[in-house]
Amino acid sequence: MKYLKYILIFLFLFNLNLLNANENNSHSEITKNLRCLICQGQSIHDSDSEFANSIKILVSKKLNDGLSEDQIYIFLKEKYGEWILYDPGFNKNTYFLWLLPLLMFIIGGAIILKRFIIKKN
Amino acid sequence: MKTKIFFSVAIISFLIIFFVLFKGLQNTNIYTPQVDVKKDIPYFEAKIFDSDIVKNSNEIFQKENFYLLNIWSSWCAPCRYEHPILLKLKDQINLEIIGLNYKDNIINAKKFLKELNSPYRLILSDENGIIAIEWGAYGVPETFLIHNKRIIKRYVGPLNMNSIIEIKKFIE
Repeated sequence: MKYLKYILIFLFLFNLNLLNANENNSHSEITKNLRCLICQGQSIHDSDSEFANSIKILVSKKLNDGLSEDQIYIFLKEKYGEWILYDPGFNKNTYFLWLLPLLMFIIGGAIILKRFIIKKN
Repeated sequence: MKTKIFFSVAIISFLIIFFVLFKGLQNTNIYTPQVDVKKDIPYFEAKIFDSDIVKNSNEIFQKENFYLLNIWSSWCAPCRYEHPILLKLKDQINLEIIGLNYKDNIINAKKFLKELNSPYRLILSDENGIIAIEWGAYGVPETFLIHNKRIIKRYVGPLNMNSIIEIKKFIE
């Protein structure tokens, strides 16, 4: 009986995380990935400007219409350009952006390998 | 020899990275809308101002003449500034001015029109700003010149005397 009490307390404590407000719905996820065009440095989700509020309404409407997350991004990209997305796509303007860290990682790795590991042997 | 090659490669790549990033610094980080985009008008449905009649874009822009879609609001000060310019364009043949009342209070909007006169042939109402987004607009005022269901010119911000001359050139 004594153990049962401890087990119950244990279970209770470790299930508290299920009580947190669930914010990970697709609406907030999408609006967090969109840049507010008229308020610098804020996402649509954080902003309370007229423009941001309209976009929020539009996102809910598009989700209700059955559009997927990517379709909404494509729709808004068509209207406002790549700038509205926080995550720039892989295209000719962003090759450098995406490939540079990878390139540096490979070159750095090669240098380390050559200097320390091969030399040691 | 090997160190020399390594050294020059390192310097060249450093210079390339430096110039690319330096050039990037000069780019503006404020959203600048493209004004010379020629594209088809979006499909949308809108309520007519102060009524419950709903019309779609095909019904609104069905004629062959030019249209000027002006996004306005009674709370927007630059709209007041550009209003006399729209009134000057009102009597142009071959041009119809259509207003899109953006996120406005209907009583204030009516007062605004009563005070300054209405240049619009038809006014649509955009209660939550969704139609303006369909047009790719991001604020008020914004104006689109339309011909054959295609946007031929976009004016961000209030119209001025130069835009009148330009619009007249387009429609003549």
